[in-house]
Amino acid sequence: MSERAVDPEEVRHVADLARVDLDDEEVSRFAEQFADILASFEQLDEVREVEAEPDLANVMRADEVEESLDRAEALRNAPETEDGYFKGPRVS
Amino acid sequence: MSHNAYITEETVEGADEGPLAGRTVAVKDNISTEGVRTTCGSAMLADYVPPYDATVVERLLDAGATIPGKTNMDEFGMGTTTETSAFGPTENPAAPGRVPGGSSGGSAAAVAAGEADLALGSDTGGSIRCPAAFCGVVGIKPTYGLVSRYGLVAYANSLEQIGPIAPTVEAAAELLEVIAGPDDRDATTRDARENGTDYEFAAAADGDVDGLDVGVPTDLVDGADEGVVETFRDALDDLESRGAEIHEVEIPSVCHAVEAYYVIAMGEASSNLARFDGVRYGVSGGFEGNWNESFARAREEGFGEEVKRRILLGTYALSAGYHDKYYKKAQDARACIKQEFDEALSEADVLASPTMSVPPMEMGESLSDPMTMYLADANTTPVNLANLPAISVPAGETEDGLPVGMQLVGPAFGEKAIIRAGSALA
Repeated sequence: MSERAVDPEEVRHVADLARVDLDDEEVSRFAEQFADILASFEQLDEVREVEAEPDLANVMRADEVEESLDRAEALRNAPETEDGYFKGPRVS
Repeated sequence: MSHNAYITEETVEGADEGPLAGRTVAVKDNISTEGVRTTCGSAMLADYVPPYDATVVERLLDAGATIPGKTNMDEFGMGTTTETSAFGPTENPAAPGRVPGGSSGGSAAAVAAGEADLALGSDTGGSIRCPAAFCGVVGIKPTYGLVSRYGLVAYANSLEQIGPIAPTVEAAAELLEVIAGPDDRDATTRDARENGTDYEFAAAADGDVDGLDVGVPTDLVDGADEGVVETFRDALDDLESRGAEIHEVEIPSVCHAVEAYYVIAMGEASSNLARFDGVRYGVSGGFEGNWNESFARAREEGFGEEVKRRILLGTYALSAGYHDKYYKKAQDARACIKQEFDEALSEADVLASPTMSVPPMEMGESLSDPMTMYLADANTTPVNLANLPAISVPAGETEDGLPVGMQLVGPAFGEKAIIRAGSALA
């Protein structure tokens, strides 16, 4: 089905943006599959523009202090914590 | 008991009394249950134990339901067969050797096999209706905003709703009554009473279709599998013999629904799943190198292939230079589809089509080619794009004995219309 493959470097670039490491096999498989999938997305070019009336509304509430999770509960699922804080990797 | 319908079998008892007292309601594993692990079918969350209940879970327990466990699902809801689960596939109890549909395949299989009286699923592009159709049970995808999503682990917020799966339309409607209604913790919920209706869903399951105007969108029937269409037509004849009026309608833009759905869903997923960085929960990426390297390792290890594929495609479709080409066009298609549904529903009470254009696939058949799997969602995705309610009810079986579902779509907050129409069949 695939007429062409996406450039594997492009797959690596997007994976980098999305912060997902991929092995070489995944890169080549995705490069092939993305060609088909993106080709189908391009059919959206045929869609006419309509005057959409968005039925969106801002929903506001008063900013009041309410009960919330205590610190121990909030930290319960963290792989590592230190002194009551989440422990994250170095920034750089 | 070997369908692998559950990821976790752990009983949570509800209140002593209430409309669901004495009944078991299985809960899809992307709906948070306090103290009971909630994996989303992902290795990323294999050990995640939520510190709070989803609003729908609170309502179930208040209504007296017993939760027998958390059901299997495609990883983060991303799949049509329940085969992308990190906890192994679920088998279809109604069609041995075949998939139960997805992504709420565990929920539908549990109900079909009698391992739960009722179940909750979530539907982003058909994930309640597809497994209901494939397993020969009933599933409802409510109007966007009818049911709170608080505590539902997000995949694509603008599309998804939690809804019931049950052996009969009446039982599904009873469960919907319990979970529906506004919630301060989900600002997208709306009160049915302020939208021209009420919550008396079960009472609408009276099977009375005399004079009901049923539109059949030809675009959703042409191209479907022959055996599916035949079974669907027989069920339509059944409705007609009970006094329903059947006529054809056109919704031409649905031919772009699958593409529009996947661009929007993947775009939202790429943003939603950014939270899984292995720091607050999930698989840790360790502390070597900088944070980007650590996050990328955590996500490589924790996410399965379909999830990576969708995150990458979503990131791509939203990235500089491609946003207008893909995402904006998909939003145009969404508006177009919505408008055409509204027009079709101005000439009909409900719209009927096959829920799935194909019968349940054999296990392992569709995993290798993602595009084929995406195209299977042709009839269900348009409804999510249009924010409308839809039900899948058993329409019968193909000559090979495979279950076929009929999808009935109603206007926004028209749950009672689709429940009434569906109850004539199941």
